[in-house]
Amino acid sequence: MSAPSTPVAGATAEPAWVRRTLIGSALVFLAGFLLLPLAVVFVEALKKGLAVYLAAITEPEAVSALRLTLLAAAVAVPTNVVIGLAAAWSLAKFRFRGQNVLLTLIDLPFSVSPVIAGLIYVLLFGLQGWFGPWLKAHDLQVIFAVPGIVLATVFVTFPFVARELIPTMQAQGTEQEEAARVLGASGWHILRRVTLPNVRWALLYGVILCNARAMGEFGAVSVVSGHVRGVTDTLPLHIEILYNEYQSAAAFAVASLLALLALVTLALKAVVERRMARAARLAVQAARKDDVAARGPQRSNAVGRPRRSAYAQAGGAAHHAPIGGALAAPAP
Amino acid sequence: MTAGNSAAATFVGSAPGRPRAPLSRALLTRTSVLPGFDLSLGITLFALGLIVLLPLSAAFAKTATLSWPAFVDAAFSPRVLASYRLTFGASLAAASVSAAFGLLVTWVLVRYPFPGRRIVDALIDLPFALPTAVAGIALTALYADNGWVGRWLALAGVKVAYSPLGVFVALTFIGLPFVVRTVQPVLADLPTGIEEAAATLGASRAQTFARVILPALAPALLTGFALAFARAVGEYGSVIFIAGNLPMVSEIAPLLIVTKLEQYDYAGATAIAVVLLVAAFALLLAINALQARARRRESA
Repeated sequence: MSAPSTPVAGATAEPAWVRRTLIGSALVFLAGFLLLPLAVVFVEALKKGLAVYLAAITEPEAVSALRLTLLAAAVAVPTNVVIGLAAAWSLAKFRFRGQNVLLTLIDLPFSVSPVIAGLIYVLLFGLQGWFGPWLKAHDLQVIFAVPGIVLATVFVTFPFVARELIPTMQAQGTEQEEAARVLGASGWHILRRVTLPNVRWALLYGVILCNARAMGEFGAVSVVSGHVRGVTDTLPLHIEILYNEYQSAAAFAVASLLALLALVTLALKAVVERRMARAARLAVQAARKDDVAARGPQRSNAVGRPRRSAYAQAGGAAHHAPIGGALAAPAP
Repeated sequence: MTAGNSAAATFVGSAPGRPRAPLSRALLTRTSVLPGFDLSLGITLFALGLIVLLPLSAAFAKTATLSWPAFVDAAFSPRVLASYRLTFGASLAAASVSAAFGLLVTWVLVRYPFPGRRIVDALIDLPFALPTAVAGIALTALYADNGWVGRWLALAGVKVAYSPLGVFVALTFIGLPFVVRTVQPVLADLPTGIEEAAATLGASRAQTFARVILPALAPALLTGFALAFARAVGEYGSVIFIAGNLPMVSEIAPLLIVTKLEQYDYAGATAIAVVLLVAAFALLLAINALQARARRRESA
């Protein structure tokens, strides 16, 4: 056991044996619940040897599933970046009536079951749906086709970029943008040269999460896909088909690709989180220099970097809030 | 929707002094020199309406075409009721276990330095990052009778995979990060002063935890629990592989929606969906209220 990185007073610390027991039981629980499922994916994938593994991830249907997964993400991520920037600009830089309602509505897709997300698009664009007859008359197909998969993906990832940008932009206030405006910069110029550089890490964070969900979405896509092999199968759907056909090794081989994606996502996320914390610390230091009446640093029992940054304070715990949680309302 | 369309068309043009576009005039409570309110709000409302609100309203409109007895028949038949019991029961149990272990994990992560803490911290989000289908087949392989964990449980006569217990395990896996990530910032921000005060006044460490720390964490813990519960109720991908999907026994409500859709019973599927949607919206409101209360307490 390494020494604590922050001095902890005896009266507000637990005895060493309590500590060790707590750390031990937490690690055992996490190993069983997080590491084992991750490990089993790779072990099962390589169970029948490398040749079977490589064959499973290079067969035409797997490649076409990979291509469709990439396509869905390639549409969903930029779409959500545009919407997220627009939403964050209006919600963070202005005060208007109905702001809280709008925030809640943007968050809505998080509370909708993925299956229902698929269902509502079937109700709109399916043959019996509102636009079904019109689509059929024009020989267009949305449901059981690629457009439906893309639409369902955009729906489930809708809040990801916005919910990262809004609290960050709120915390940064409007002073810099206003200064640029007074100096004669146009709106686009302000967005490009002032706002975007300030929120780049939050934007990247949102993009990483949005991409992970877009590539991994299963329920919503499963409902609208129709499972046309080699045509409307994404990687997660391909896994299901292989698994149901008792091609376990192949299913886990394809799953291992997505598990790798998850690991890359977690690593990137950790890096970006550290960058955001540093940017926030620098902002706080800069503010302290300006603020003569700044209070002294608050003590806390926490180890490591301060969890709640100046950015996060304005928007609640947004940066560390779970993906899929309710978005914090704007600061009054 | 229509307001969004016209606003997008009217474009930026709201420099100070010039007449403002309709959205700004109607909605802004504080004037701003910044441009782009109408355009950005227009895009937001347009996208929100087209991608989220219009499709969701289709679900309610479809249900409205059903007569009341037909709706009750579709949404509350014995098989559907059994699926609600499983979905909500397993979600409640899973969210409770996630809350308990989530609190333990958060405490260890925030308060105790140990080797590998940062890696463990990053791994907490695995259930978010791992696609649900992958989680589903991985948990099934682990907990099947010949799996790494299932083998030992089978010796003890416990069957997890292909039983309601499997649903519970999958939902616990899914729910854990919600609790940790909600409680973590609050615990990290808890000033040591109050703990020192409690110790000075003669409280034991256990008393301080139960009477001082836990009440301060309670709103965040409850929010995390509610988030985990809400996510669990709608969860599909990770559950269907491990559940076994036996009607009346281990069939979750979202799966019934899919089953009805595959039988082209759109009205029946939508009726169940509306029940789940109403439950989800009620939860969302409760979570928002919880967070608003926590914020008020914080600022007070």
